Amino acid sequence: MSPNELSSYLTLGAILFALGLFTVLTRRNAISVLMGVELILNSANINYVAFSHFSSGNHVGQIYAIFVIMLAAAEAAVGLAIVLAIFQLFHSIDVEAVETLKE
Amino acid sequence: MDVSTAVFYLIALVTVVSAGMVAFSRNIIYSAFSLLGTFMGVAGIYVFLGADFVAAVQLLIYVGGILVLILFAVMLTHRITDVEITNRAAGRIPALLVVALFLVLVIQIVKETPWARAKEITFAATTAKIGDSFLYEYLLPFELASLVLLGAMIGAVVLSRKEIKE
Repeated sequence: MSPNELSSYLTLGAILFALGLFTVLTRRNAISVLMGVELILNSANINYVAFSHFSSGNHVGQIYAIFVIMLAAAEAAVGLAIVLAIFQLFHSIDVEAVETLKE
Repeated sequence: MDVSTAVFYLIALVTVVSAGMVAFSRNIIYSAFSLLGTFMGVAGIYVFLGADFVAAVQLLIYVGGILVLILFAVMLTHRITDVEITNRAAGRIPALLVVALFLVLVIQIVKETPWARAKEITFAATTAKIGDSFLYEYLLPFELASLVLLGAMIGAVVLSRKEIKE
C-alpha cells in the first residue's frame, strides 16, 4: 500500500464500490439509494484514472472518467426529479411504499 | 514514510470513513454531508494520479452540482423534525455478508493479478491533451454528451413541475 502502486488505488475503489453497493442494497430512502449509486460511479472513476495513469500513460481513461461524471450529473438531475415527483404523489419516498407506478 | 505517502493515507482514510458514514449513518443529513468528504477525497486521489483536470471537474460537478442537488432533494422531501427515522435500512446483515464476501474476493483478485505497468510514469498537465482529444477522436461522443445533458435537463423540468389539473 503506497501511492506508487496500482493495487492500492484498486483496493480503494473496491472499498468504495462495496460501501456503495451496501447503501443501494439496504437503504429504504430513495435519495440514499441515489447516494449509493454516486459512490459506485466514483469507484469506477478511480479505476479508470488509475489504470490510465499506471498502464498506458496516456489520458484515455481520464476522458472516460469525464464522460462518467457527465452521465452521473444527468442521472442525479433526472433521478432527483423523479424522487420529488414521487414525494408529491405519495408523500413518502420509502422505496418499499412506492411499488406501484401510479396512484 | 515520506510526506506524500502520509498525505495519501490521510486522503484515503477521509474517503473511506465518509463513505462509511454514507452507508451506515442513521440520519440522512449526515449521510448527505458525508458525501462531501468522499467527493473531496476522490478529487485528492485524482491529484495523486496526475489527473489535474479530472480533479477540477470532480470538484466542480460533484461537489458544486450533484451534492447541492442531493441536499436540495433531502430538504424538500423529508420532514426535518423527525430525524430519528429519516434513513431507514432493511436487511442489513445479509447485505453485509454479501458485500463483505464480494470485497474479500475483489481485493484478493487485485493482490494476486500481476498488473502490467508502464516503464516510466510521468506527471504532466493534461488539460490541453484532453481538449485535443475531445475535438478530434472523441468528437462524436462529446456532441452526443451535449444532447444527453439537454435531454436530461428537459426531462428533469418536465418531471418536477407541478401538474395543474383542470
